[in-house]
Amino acid sequence: MRSTLSSIAGQCGDVALFGFRILRDSFRPPWEGAEIAKQIFEIGWRSLPLIAAAGFAVGAVMSMHTRASLERFGAEAMIPAGLAIALFKETGPLVTGLLFSGRVGAGIGAELGAMRVSEQIDALESLAVDSFKYLVVTRVMACIAVLPILTTVMNFTGILGGYIAETVISGMSFALYWERAWSFVDFVDYVPPTLKTCIFGFIIGTIASYLGYNTTGGTAGVGQASTRSVVFASILVILSNVVLVKAIFFLFPGAEG
Amino acid sequence: MADAVIRFENVYKSFGAHKVLENVSFEVPRGSALCILGRSGTGKSVTIKQMIGLIKPDSGHIYVEGRDVTAMNAAELSRVRRRIGFLFQYSALFDSISVGENVAFPLRRHTNLEEDEIRDVVEKKLARVGLRGIYDKMPSQISGGMQKRVGLARALALDPPILLADEPSSGLDPITSQEIDELLLDLKHTEHTTMVVVTHNIPSARRIGDEIAVLEGGRILDRGSPADLEQSEHAIVREFMTLEGGI
Repeated sequence: MRSTLSSIAGQCGDVALFGFRILRDSFRPPWEGAEIAKQIFEIGWRSLPLIAAAGFAVGAVMSMHTRASLERFGAEAMIPAGLAIALFKETGPLVTGLLFSGRVGAGIGAELGAMRVSEQIDALESLAVDSFKYLVVTRVMACIAVLPILTTVMNFTGILGGYIAETVISGMSFALYWERAWSFVDFVDYVPPTLKTCIFGFIIGTIASYLGYNTTGGTAGVGQASTRSVVFASILVILSNVVLVKAIFFLFPGAEG
Repeated sequence: MADAVIRFENVYKSFGAHKVLENVSFEVPRGSALCILGRSGTGKSVTIKQMIGLIKPDSGHIYVEGRDVTAMNAAELSRVRRRIGFLFQYSALFDSISVGENVAFPLRRHTNLEEDEIRDVVEKKLARVGLRGIYDKMPSQISGGMQKRVGLARALALDPPILLADEPSSGLDPITSQEIDELLLDLKHTEHTTMVVVTHNIPSARRIGDEIAVLEGGRILDRGSPADLEQSEHAIVREFMTLEGGI
């Protein structure tokens, strides 16, 4: 029992040092701009269909539930605003983070793991390339950059899904739906929750890169790195969300309303 | 030795309780080829990877062109690595980019060549290892022997004066294996490249090596020309040298 706890503590320490090294190296040349751009495309652009489709479905379902709740009180006019606030403040960022950790976390863990066991990372080093900067820092930077954008996509496709679900029942016009959706949304409801996904991006990129970059044990090790990346990144996104929500309430008192 | 390009001095390396290298010392003169021969798991790959700082020894010193790689920072190590080509056991080609881009990779990173010049150098390097018209193929679309040649072309892209090869004939049929050996021999004769080749293939070691060092139990058991080793005082070394294939 003691050795298990000691091993877990050791791993947490290693991940923390790995994350610190990412932060430190991201402020040191070479900047690897071309590789960051490539990763933004690979990680961000290719995640768009998943995020857009999920956002549309989540928005539609939330709209149906919101209608079922609010029509009991005769407050159907509040459906767009209720949906928008729930989506922007919590559902959009969290669902995007979890979907991203599933798709991208698994991908980074498997890709770096395969590169490690096939000596491609050693090959990079032998060619006088800093493999940590080239492979890890670039991927984490890309994760940080694209998650707020993907969250915005999730939010807006969610609003669209909510509108479709609502207009089928009530025939509400898009202009009216849009106006009502934004009527109660303030800066603090939108910007801080969206930007907190940069932290999710750092967590997902760091965990997946750590597990992939340090893979041992051949093909089985690659599979483990991929699976563990999804599991640990997802749970850390959920747990860190608690702290981040509290931090937003502390920094932006208006966000609690 | 003044003209030793690579020099190991009392190198020790363990992984946990497993001692891999114990007090290993040797040197490789400029322009010569040293083959490190030994059974699987005797630390041959660990030895060669230590030469470019991929693995750090527990103690001892490793000098490349007179500078101690065990005491280098990242920038110094990077400069040394640009002067060394490394051929990996399973080629270690980057599987997400084409064959040509693999060879072009070090040129893009470390030279200011224009795009058409890079293409030209890559085609020449591929031709040097007997490959033509495969620039745009992916590594998964070519055979193991071709992958090895591409790995060699990539290792030679920056015209390094030193080449390290980790099991160059591993996984290849005897004919392809001999072709790779001939490429290495040709490099040694025409470019005067200093080579360290790790192998368990005795015919290969005989063909390539000016000297052979036999690694056994974490120590260099004996070292000398193939003819010297046939007369070795160690029975196991004499036995190795009589084998027709691999150890």
